[in-house]
Amino acid sequence: MRLRPGLVTDYRADAGIFKSVTQRIWFGLLLAAAVFLGAGGAIGPIRISSDIMVLLAYAMFASIGALGLNIVTGMAGQVSLGHAFFLGLGAYTAAILGGVEQTRQAMDPVTGQQVTEVVLRGYGLDMIIWLPLAGIIAALAGLIVAPVATRLRGLYLAFVTLGLVFLGEHIFREARTLTGGAGNGRPTAEYRLFGFRFDQDGEVFGIWMSKQQKLFFLGLILLLVMGLAAKNLFRSRVGRALAAIRDRDIAAEMMGIPLGRYKLIAFTISSFYAGIAGALFWAVVGRLTAEGFNFLLSIKYIAMILIGGVATVSGSIMGAFFITFLPKVVEGLAGLPGLSHIISKDPAGMINTFQFEQILFGLFIVGFLILEPMGLYGIWIRVRNYWKGWPFSY
Amino acid sequence: MRARRLHEVLPHGGEPGNVILEVDDIHLSFAGVKAVDGISFKVHTNELFAIIGPNGAGKTSIFNCVSGFYHPQRGSVRYEGRELLGMRPDRIADLGIARTFQNIELFPQMTVLDNLMLGRHQHLKYGTLAALVRAGRASREEARNREVVEGLVEFLGLQPVRKSYVAMLPYGLQKRVELGRALAMAPRLLMLDEPVAGMNLEETEDMARFINDIRWELGIGIILVEHEMRMVMDLADTVLAVDFGRPIAVGTPAEIQNNPDVIRAYLGEEHGTAPAGGGAE
Repeated sequence: MRLRPGLVTDYRADAGIFKSVTQRIWFGLLLAAAVFLGAGGAIGPIRISSDIMVLLAYAMFASIGALGLNIVTGMAGQVSLGHAFFLGLGAYTAAILGGVEQTRQAMDPVTGQQVTEVVLRGYGLDMIIWLPLAGIIAALAGLIVAPVATRLRGLYLAFVTLGLVFLGEHIFREARTLTGGAGNGRPTAEYRLFGFRFDQDGEVFGIWMSKQQKLFFLGLILLLVMGLAAKNLFRSRVGRALAAIRDRDIAAEMMGIPLGRYKLIAFTISSFYAGIAGALFWAVVGRLTAEGFNFLLSIKYIAMILIGGVATVSGSIMGAFFITFLPKVVEGLAGLPGLSHIISKDPAGMINTFQFEQILFGLFIVGFLILEPMGLYGIWIRVRNYWKGWPFSY
Repeated sequence: MRARRLHEVLPHGGEPGNVILEVDDIHLSFAGVKAVDGISFKVHTNELFAIIGPNGAGKTSIFNCVSGFYHPQRGSVRYEGRELLGMRPDRIADLGIARTFQNIELFPQMTVLDNLMLGRHQHLKYGTLAALVRAGRASREEARNREVVEGLVEFLGLQPVRKSYVAMLPYGLQKRVELGRALAMAPRLLMLDEPVAGMNLEETEDMARFINDIRWELGIGIILVEHEMRMVMDLADTVLAVDFGRPIAVGTPAEIQNNPDVIRAYLGEEHGTAPAGGGAE
C-alpha cells in the first residue's frame, strides 16, 4: 500500500486533470450536488423553482459557448468579436433542420391556381441530426473566416470579426424563408431525441421530471462532455501550440508551429462550440429573431471569459453562470426596499433593471480587468490557497 | 536513479565532419542599409562554429536568414543539401534546426515543462481530434515525449522549477530553459544567439559546460553568436568574424585572435592590442 496517496508516480498521472484525490472527491461531490439539485423533489427535499432551473440550463448552454470563445480568444489570443455570428449560425441551422415547415395558400399570379407556398423552411429532423450539424455548419464558417486571422492581429482582427456580426445580422434579417425576416423571427428546433421530448414534462427512468429539469440534465451532460474535450485540448500539443501563438507568435513559428494552420484549428473548434451552444440555447428560448445576434451578445461572451477567467475551462463555466444569473440578481435588487426607488422594474423608470444590468456589466468588466485579471478563477485559486494553509498565512 | 546522459535522451548528430549547413554569399538589405553583405560559411556535424563581431555587425541577421524570418535578396542557404531560402520558418524548424534568441523569447505564460514540451511539438505524433479525446495514442505520445523532456530537465538542472511559470524565473534560468526548449526539438543544427549575454561568471561557466556537453555528447552542428570572447576562444572550432555585414576573417580561434583586421574592427584603427579575453561591450 502506498503511504502517500497523493504521490504522483508516472507522467500520465502528472498530466491528469485531477492532481490529487482531494480534487477528485470535490469534483465528485459537486457533480453529485448538481444531480441532487437537478432531480429536485424526486430524490431530495430541495425543490428548485422552474425559472431558476431553466436559468441553470441556460447557464450551462452559455458555458459551452464561453468555452468556444475561450479557445480562440483566451487560448490562442485571437480576439474575436464575431462570436454572436457563430452562435446565430448554430441557432438558425438548428431551427431550419429541426423546426416545423410553415406554408400558406397563395394564388399563383400566372396560372391563377391555388398553390402552397413555403413561408418558412423547416425539416422537422431529430435532435441527433440538428445538434451536430449546427456545430458543423458554424465550424465550416469558422474555417472560412480563419484565413483572415492569419493576416491580421490584435485590434484589426477584432474589427474584422465585428464586421462579421453585422454581416450575420443582415443575412439573418434578409433570408426570409429561412429566418422569418426582420422583426418576425421564426420558431426554433424541437427538442426531440429519438422520440424523447425535452420540451415536455414526463417520466425519465421512472422519475417524474419537468421539462426544465430535463433540460438541466441535458445541459449538464453536454457541458461535461464538451468541457472535458476543451480541457483535453488545453493540455495537448494543440493547446500548447495555441498558447505559444498567443504569447509570442514569431518564436512559435520558429519552433515549428505553422501559425495559419493553428489559427484555423482554433477558429474551427471555437465556432463548433458556438454553434452547439447557439442551437441549444435558442431552442429553449423558442423564438429566433435576427436582432438577438448583435454586437451586445458578442460583448456578453467576452465578459463571460474575462470575468470567469481567460484560458481556463472552469473560468469559462463560472463566467457563463455569473453573466446568466446577473439579470436575476438585478431583479432581486430592484425588489429591495431601499433600492426600489433607484432601480425600477418599470421600463420608464429612472434606471430600469435592464439599464442597471448594463451598468453592472461594464463595472464588472473594468473591475475584473484592473483588480483580478485572472477572473473568478483567480479568486477561487486564492481562496483555495488561503484555506490550504489555514490557520497559517502560508 | 542514475542521472541520464544527454545522448541517452536525444539522437546523435551523425557522421562527424559532414557539411550540414552551407551559407553561400547571402546579401540582405533593409531600404538601402546592408545588414548582411556577402557572407559565406560552412558548418559541419560535430563542429562548434562561432560568429563574432561588434554590435550591429549583422550576426543575428545571419541567424534570421537561416531561420527563414528574414529573406535575403541574394545567395543561398543549404541545409543537408536542401535549399532553405523561401521556406516558412516552421518548415525550417521541422527539418531539425533549432535556435535560441538574444532577448529571451520564451512563452512567459506557460510553465517550464510546457515550454519544453512545446519544443517537442513536431515529435508528438497525434492530431487535433485525438487531442480532444485524449485516449490511447495521444496520452501515450505525451508520456513518451515527457520522458525526453524530463531527461533535459535533469541535464539542465531545472528540476526545482519544472512547474514554475517562466515569467517568474530569474534571467539566468530563463536562458537555460530556452536552451532546453531548443534542445527538445532534437535538432541536428543548433543556433545559439548570445547564450551568456548579461550573465555573471558562474552562470557563464554553467552555460559553457552545457554547450560543451551538447557538442561532445550529441555531435550536432552548433553555431554560436557571442560577445564573451573567452568562451568563444575556448569552445569554438572555427570562428567567423564579421563587421558591417561583411566577413573579415575566418579560421581557428588562435588565427582570429591574431588577425590584424579583427583587432582593427574591435578596437579601431589606432590600437594594436589583441581582443582576446575582453568583451566587445
